[in-house]
Amino acid sequence: MAQTIGSTSCEALIIGGSAGSLDVLLEIFPALRSDIRFPIVIVVHRKPSNESLLTDLLKSRTTLAVGEADEKEFLIPGKVFIVPADYHMLIEEDRSISLDYSEKVNYSRPSIDVTFQSAAEVFKDKLVCILLSGSNSDGVEGLKCVNRLGGRAVIQNPNTAIMPYMPQQAVINVKPHVILDSHDMAQYINKLND
Amino acid sequence: MISDVIDNEQVEILLNDVLENHGYDFLEYSPASIKRRIIRLYGLDNFVSFAEFRYTVKTDKQYFKRFLEEITVNVTEMFRDPSFYKSLRNDVLPVLGTYPFIRIWVAGCSTGEEAYSLAIVLKELNLLHKSLIYATDINPSVLEKAKKGMFPLTYLKQYSENYLQSGGLKDFSAYYTANYSLAKFDESLNSKMIFSTHNLVSDHSFNEFQLILCRNVLIYFDKGLQHKVFNLFDSSIEKLGYLALGSKESLEFWPKAREYKRVKMEKIWRKL
Ligand SMILES: C[S@@+](CC[C@H](N)C(=O)[O-])C[C@H]1O[C@@H](n2cnc3c(N)ncnc32)[C@H](O)[C@@H]1O
Repeated sequence: MAQTIGSTSCEALIIGGSAGSLDVLLEIFPALRSDIRFPIVIVVHRKPSNESLLTDLLKSRTTLAVGEADEKEFLIPGKVFIVPADYHMLIEEDRSISLDYSEKVNYSRPSIDVTFQSAAEVFKDKLVCILLSGSNSDGVEGLKCVNRLGGRAVIQNPNTAIMPYMPQQAVINVKPHVILDSHDMAQYINKLND
Repeated sequence: MISDVIDNEQVEILLNDVLENHGYDFLEYSPASIKRRIIRLYGLDNFVSFAEFRYTVKTDKQYFKRFLEEITVNVTEMFRDPSFYKSLRNDVLPVLGTYPFIRIWVAGCSTGEEAYSLAIVLKELNLLHKSLIYATDINPSVLEKAKKGMFPLTYLKQYSENYLQSGGLKDFSAYYTANYSLAKFDESLNSKMIFSTHNLVSDHSFNEFQLILCRNVLIYFDKGLQHKVFNLFDSSIEKLGYLALGSKESLEFWPKAREYKRVKMEKIWRKL
């Protein structure tokens, strides 16, 4: 079940979460090293209003550059991209961002599945995706696709999740995977840099 | 949805077929999103091989109609981004109100929610009688719906909230009559609308406007195509006219952007 960390280098990290995931992000961010060498993309379900709240919260907790993902912007190392509310985010072969205002997926826009799948096709075995707390099953199909294309699927330990349903579904359906307690996550991410 | 049943090369083959056989050019759309639409349709219609899918798209005229409908993203809302409509109401339309006649182009209007929202604001500013809204889209079937002005009643609560947030002054329900599961919007609103197909990729400028709205359409185009469409708009906007884009779109990297001035914090630019 456990995969060896660092067997292939990480070129992108995508973190997806829903209800209860903000606490984990707020725990992870202050502990991230400032010289992270890959882009980090955050896909979190939320209401279309309070637009920049999540971005501001994360910005205040890290020295890494944090911004809302802009249409056609390139994913650059060491920057954190927040997928804007009410858009799906896809990644192009040239590693630029495409935003997409199409039908909700799993009742969600942005959908975690959409970004996981799209990233998997581009980054293949150089991709790490983490699925956090939540109460629907968005992200599970995406993690399967990540696995199939050689990337790594990481799941928050459902016992440490405020809403365990989403990580539970992933643990049941996605093999192989790595399970992490929320307080081990920052260290795991920092090690991806080595 | 298995996201890798069709690869990038097959997408290109299919889009080349579409261009050759049906005259629609999707080759400069953002590759990841057009690919996702194609794979979605392939799954929805239970195709079992790419060859079968390709043959059907290429040769079956009836099926191509469906292809066009499903490959374009037609999701829309009334008074989407209330602060945008607030700025139209307070900053843009009052200026245009000083003209004897107002011509507006809503490009990529989908099922019409945006054009009806605009007509409501014009009406409240007492400008609708001297306005004409040209609403166009590549997809003929959304235009059929737009003409009818009937929207699912289940969304009206959200629309009415958006409307109030955008500075709407009336009781929103005064604009429609509920008819089973649909809300039929007042005929006075679409009496000032002209619906027509227009493909931003291949069709030309057809008039001069004081205001062009093209929101959430350009996100599907690659940079080169975006710039071509900006040039098309540039040749269709009068001096001192306005161009409005979606909340995630921008004129920023277009060479002629210097000749436009941003209106406050909104995605609205004025031609200088
Ligand atoms: C997501 S909808 C946006 C609707 C509305 N403007 C809004 O912001 O809510 C995008 C629309 O653009 C249309 N479209 C896509 N490609 C086009 C093209 N080449 N020319 C004209 N319209 C196009 C689609 O058919 C669709 O109705």
